[in-house]
Amino acid sequence: MRTIWILTKKELRGYFDSLIAYVMIILFLGFSGFFTWLYGSDIFFLGQASLRTFFGIAYWTLFFFIPALTMRSLSEEKRSGAIELLLTKPISDWQLIWGKFLANFLIIVIALALTFPYVITLANIGNLDGGAVFLGYAGLLLMSAAYIGIGIFTSSISQNQIVAFLFALFIGLFFHVIFGVLASASTGWLGGLFNYLDLSVHFESISRGVLDTKDVIYFLSIMFTGLYLSVISLAKRNLN
Amino acid sequence: MNIKVNNLTKKYGIQAAVDDVSFEVKTGEIVGFLGPNGAGKTTTMKILTNFIAPTRGEVFIGDKPMVEEAEELKRHIGYLPENNPLYEDMPIIDYLEFVAELQHIPSQEIPERIKDIIRKVGLNDEKHKKIGELSKGYKQRVGLAQALIHDPEILILDEPTTGLDPNQIVEIRKLIRELGKEKTVILSTHILPEVEAIADRILIINKGKIVANGTAENLRSQAGETETLLVRIEDGDANEIFTALQGLDSVALVDFANRQNNRFEVKSKAQRSSKRDIFKLCVERGWVLTEMTPNEQKLEDIFRQLTIN
Repeated sequence: MRTIWILTKKELRGYFDSLIAYVMIILFLGFSGFFTWLYGSDIFFLGQASLRTFFGIAYWTLFFFIPALTMRSLSEEKRSGAIELLLTKPISDWQLIWGKFLANFLIIVIALALTFPYVITLANIGNLDGGAVFLGYAGLLLMSAAYIGIGIFTSSISQNQIVAFLFALFIGLFFHVIFGVLASASTGWLGGLFNYLDLSVHFESISRGVLDTKDVIYFLSIMFTGLYLSVISLAKRNLN
Repeated sequence: MNIKVNNLTKKYGIQAAVDDVSFEVKTGEIVGFLGPNGAGKTTTMKILTNFIAPTRGEVFIGDKPMVEEAEELKRHIGYLPENNPLYEDMPIIDYLEFVAELQHIPSQEIPERIKDIIRKVGLNDEKHKKIGELSKGYKQRVGLAQALIHDPEILILDEPTTGLDPNQIVEIRKLIRELGKEKTVILSTHILPEVEAIADRILIINKGKIVANGTAENLRSQAGETETLLVRIEDGDANEIFTALQGLDSVALVDFANRQNNRFEVKSKAQRSSKRDIFKLCVERGWVLTEMTPNEQKLEDIFRQLTIN
């Protein structure tokens, strides 16, 4: 556990030293803020004190934001060869993956924590439903965990950050949109399967105010699958 | 801690990078891996440090099997990989702190340890820079520092002196020799004088196999060395001397090294020395012997002999 935290700390320091964290957080806040408060069917359009608009927008900004954040996690280590130094230290492959995961997750937590003024503002304007806000954030965090899992996996298979980024977006797109489209186009058990795989169904069910373990399991299993595949992909160095 | 390697094989596809290699390194010994590029030196080192798993065979470190007890054993190994990969945008001290933490050094000891190691590898003047701002030689020192920070009992160094200038090479060699007094050191190189200067024992690897194993002197005699002398004899006719030398019992072959100076290259017969015979001949004939140097077979020749086929 201590080893994981040492790795996480180093990773976080790297993010903040190299401005990546600042740029990412500012972009995230900028986009989310702009569409939440200023543009289109913004938060005032609803006519009630609810952060639903923001959650809907963050649902999309995080979708792009996370692959950009995770893309260098392992690909850069592989490209520079530093992974060899890391893994010959008393560290297991799993510890390295968890360290990377935790660092990325904490950046998302920080980014979301910085949107907390939205909550305060809305709470001052009208009667805000605290439970809905809490579950909305929980939904975003669970979704982020799933996408970080995917992002770390794609960055473990390529030495090229751009490839890792695009591949993560490609996989993410299935969960984000394509399974939903397929679900509405097919019937029977196939339709049911696609409907289950569709991430937006699970996200909406949480942000609507129902925290079902089924949804939590859905997000966590995507995350674990991603991390598990990353470990396998690291272990592949033994084969070729 | 000693290292024992049994029948190590590593295959990439059908090609064996390391092919049934066995050797042993005793505690406190400095062993040099020598071999042409692509001979399997780096692969062997990667297996020894548990970065990659062997296809077959076992590695024992301090009599414990590497694969089973990797987490524990890795703490006793300091490793400098081939291309010295470092985090370019990290400051030296932060980086060493990170490595020290990973090596489970108690946090109150870390600042002292870093100060110590920075002095030891000669990074004191540069210590506040980022790694990316350093020249290659200084980066190499950072690489050594990270390998040494936890005072490991085993040091594995893959081409530790590449990219260094001659002064730095001398310094690093001195450091390694000093470390080798109490640690077990394996280093790889393709620079022959280097391995002769540092290592107690040499392992020559070619095409994944160990082709020679022993001290430098050992290897010379193994290679079936015959004595070659460079002789200069004055006050006599070159042709006459030539015939007389050739007539000696212990001499196999005489050649002119330089006809004008009366210098000859004399090869003795196998297992025999012709030094005394040449001297006696000169005394007999009243010639003046002004030079007689044994021409040692160089390690280079042995190396080429063993690795070119």
